[in-house]
Amino acid sequence: MNLAVRLRPIVFIAVLLVIWQIAISRHPGYILPSPLGVVGGIVDLLRHGLLLKYVVASLFRVTWGFVLAAVLAIPLGLTIGWYSRLEMALNPIIQILRPISPLAWIPIAILWFGVGDLSAIFLIFLACFFPLLLTAMNAVRNIPGVYINAGRNFGMGLSTLVYSVLYPAVVPQLIIGLRITLGVAWLVVVAAEMIAVDSGLGFLIVDARNAGNRYDLVVAGMLIIGIIGLLLDTAMRSLEKIKSFRWGYSED
Amino acid sequence: MSTEAVKSPIAGTKLRAEHVSMVFARDGKSTEVLNDIDLEVREGEFVCLVGPSGCGKSTLLNVMGGFLSPTSGQVRIDSQAVRGPDPRRIFVFQERGVFPWLTVEGNIGFGLFKLSRSEREQRIKHYINMVGLQGFEESYPSELSGGMKQRLEVARAFAVNPDMLYLDEPFGALDSITRLVMRGELLRIWEAERKTVIFVTHDIDEAVQLADRVVVLSARPASIQQIVNIDIAHPRDISSPRYLELRDGILRQIGFAHKI
Amino acid sequence: MNSLAEPKKWERFFWPILAFALFLALWHYSVIWSGTKVFPSPRHVEQGMVELLQKHILWNDIGDSLRRVLIGFGSAAAMGIPLGLAFGWYPAVNQVVNPVMQILRPISPIAWIPVAIIFFGIGDKAAIFLIFLGAFFPIVVACVNGVSNVPSNFRRSGRNFGLSPARILAEVVFPASLPQIIVGLRLALGIAWLVVVAAEMVAVDSGLGYLVIDARNSGKRYDLVVAAMLMIGVIGLILDLGFRRLEKIKSVRWGFRNES
Repeated sequence: MNLAVRLRPIVFIAVLLVIWQIAISRHPGYILPSPLGVVGGIVDLLRHGLLLKYVVASLFRVTWGFVLAAVLAIPLGLTIGWYSRLEMALNPIIQILRPISPLAWIPIAILWFGVGDLSAIFLIFLACFFPLLLTAMNAVRNIPGVYINAGRNFGMGLSTLVYSVLYPAVVPQLIIGLRITLGVAWLVVVAAEMIAVDSGLGFLIVDARNAGNRYDLVVAGMLIIGIIGLLLDTAMRSLEKIKSFRWGYSED
Repeated sequence: MSTEAVKSPIAGTKLRAEHVSMVFARDGKSTEVLNDIDLEVREGEFVCLVGPSGCGKSTLLNVMGGFLSPTSGQVRIDSQAVRGPDPRRIFVFQERGVFPWLTVEGNIGFGLFKLSRSEREQRIKHYINMVGLQGFEESYPSELSGGMKQRLEVARAFAVNPDMLYLDEPFGALDSITRLVMRGELLRIWEAERKTVIFVTHDIDEAVQLADRVVVLSARPASIQQIVNIDIAHPRDISSPRYLELRDGILRQIGFAHKI
Repeated sequence: MNSLAEPKKWERFFWPILAFALFLALWHYSVIWSGTKVFPSPRHVEQGMVELLQKHILWNDIGDSLRRVLIGFGSAAAMGIPLGLAFGWYPAVNQVVNPVMQILRPISPIAWIPVAIIFFGIGDKAAIFLIFLGAFFPIVVACVNGVSNVPSNFRRSGRNFGLSPARILAEVVFPASLPQIIVGLRLALGIAWLVVVAAEMVAVDSGLGYLVIDARNSGKRYDLVVAAMLMIGVIGLILDLGFRRLEKIKSVRWGFRNES
């Protein structure tokens, strides 16, 4: 029973692929590639060694931008969330900067960092910074008051309070926020590469189209982007499952 | 309790559970939750199912209400086999019972969609008065206290004029004083409009205070350990010797001593 | 959270204004000290904003961006909500379709541009398609989660009172999931706003995103660039706040706790 149920999504995908394949074969000159064409594109990329190179470039930028943002935004967000006056002061500025698409920062990024890796990393940093900042702020706000009171009751000083109460209480929410933000970073890196850099999976898509309408490579690139994004998300989810973090999920 | 293969109903029998057993299977493990339950409830009776937490009393209630199918055995109401949930037997839950997006009026009127507009309004008004929620017609559940929410749920249940009421630890989330008040309220409403009531609780005092008969269930897998007739008339004096005698008898049956 | 006394009312205005003033001062003096010839100071940005408003460029671009968001987001909601409800209601369907969605979802809408151009040509329609893509998946996911998080007691009550499955979906499951759906819509709107700006930088020649790129390309007018960025931020914030208003409506408010 279990196996048949697990196969259903695969069958569904197979059906879609078949429909796609048939639809394209009916229109031979059509610009959009068929599934087989896409596979051919992937093979092509592998053979030229481009696939690995581009994947690494994209992942490299994501990692740097994401980690930098996390290292800065989380402590900052926790601090802002802790001191209500600080939050009152900074919240309006944060709320205005947040809805500005990272890509709108491209002119400034190029101004400050030129065209290249640093620009892309800056954009990803921006894309990750605000969501993580807000996640941290919210996480602090959601700490049940009883935890803090218990801590104070036991005579904990600030640093002990932070270490023994604050940190464990916010970690589950932070991990979820990190996963979602990683997804955002992956979206932005692709977009950034399409506009402002000359390597990476996003660049592949733009380049493949511009240099000869290689739509098989375009769709191949899209597919790989989707799969890697999914893998990143799955990896983060398994982090959520680690037992020592799971205490945050039982109260529901 | 003797079992007879009943084809025609015993006079006054409302519900009959015949050899009801329930086994849950999950991931290859099977857990026996109900063990050969045989029970008869008469029309208009107030029966309490009592047992330790997790013993399966809620499962039994769900089977009797038609939300679960027993692995073996059968439940009959008015001699008809129970096949699914039905408006003639309404559940009252411990929590997440009333709908938070509807007002008090909206909740009470929820099951009344078959009535005409004026009939609906009349009924709603009647039951708002009966449970004492006058003045709160347009309030939302989030604005009500715990006790008031349970009153609302009872009103909603009564409004569709069911034959039977199934209450699954309805006062469990309330503080002890509100609980006492609500028990009195429930009895008052029940005596005004007699339904057959099956009430699940883990609180023995509650059972002895409310029920005509108390069905004591063992720990899982639940089987009927004892059925006690509470022969004290309402209103019951909870310090009377007879009350204490009955209550202590049940406690002893479950295996608890007097002193803590 | 901290140990100092509760903030007073006037402080709600004092601290943000102070922070804002410090921020402007910092910005202003950084521009002076660094001797940059290109990066605008707050003054320049203000003048740039006035210039845009006077030339009516700003209003047109704002209108274009909002229009695209409206159509793209609106169609994503119109298609995504029913689909999401269906997927949530029939977990079997969700299980089949979900893997496809999980692969498509991490693909940035911008990456769809070449494909979008094939189907829609260069221009408005392609941009709207991208916005649709960006908003669609979060909405579907929110609906699926909303439906599956409906407490089982609500569904049971629906069945108990004799509602047909269609009515249960419409009158119980949908209102119960509405808070979560609204949060999903709000987030999707935020995403739509991000996507429209990005789409306008690449695929169209009007709108706020285009303004950002154009201001730089045709003359390195960074004052206009920053002015446009601020406009983007402010409008995005207004959209978000507007949506939060919806969350305060009484028949939905029960589903929300405090959030930022």
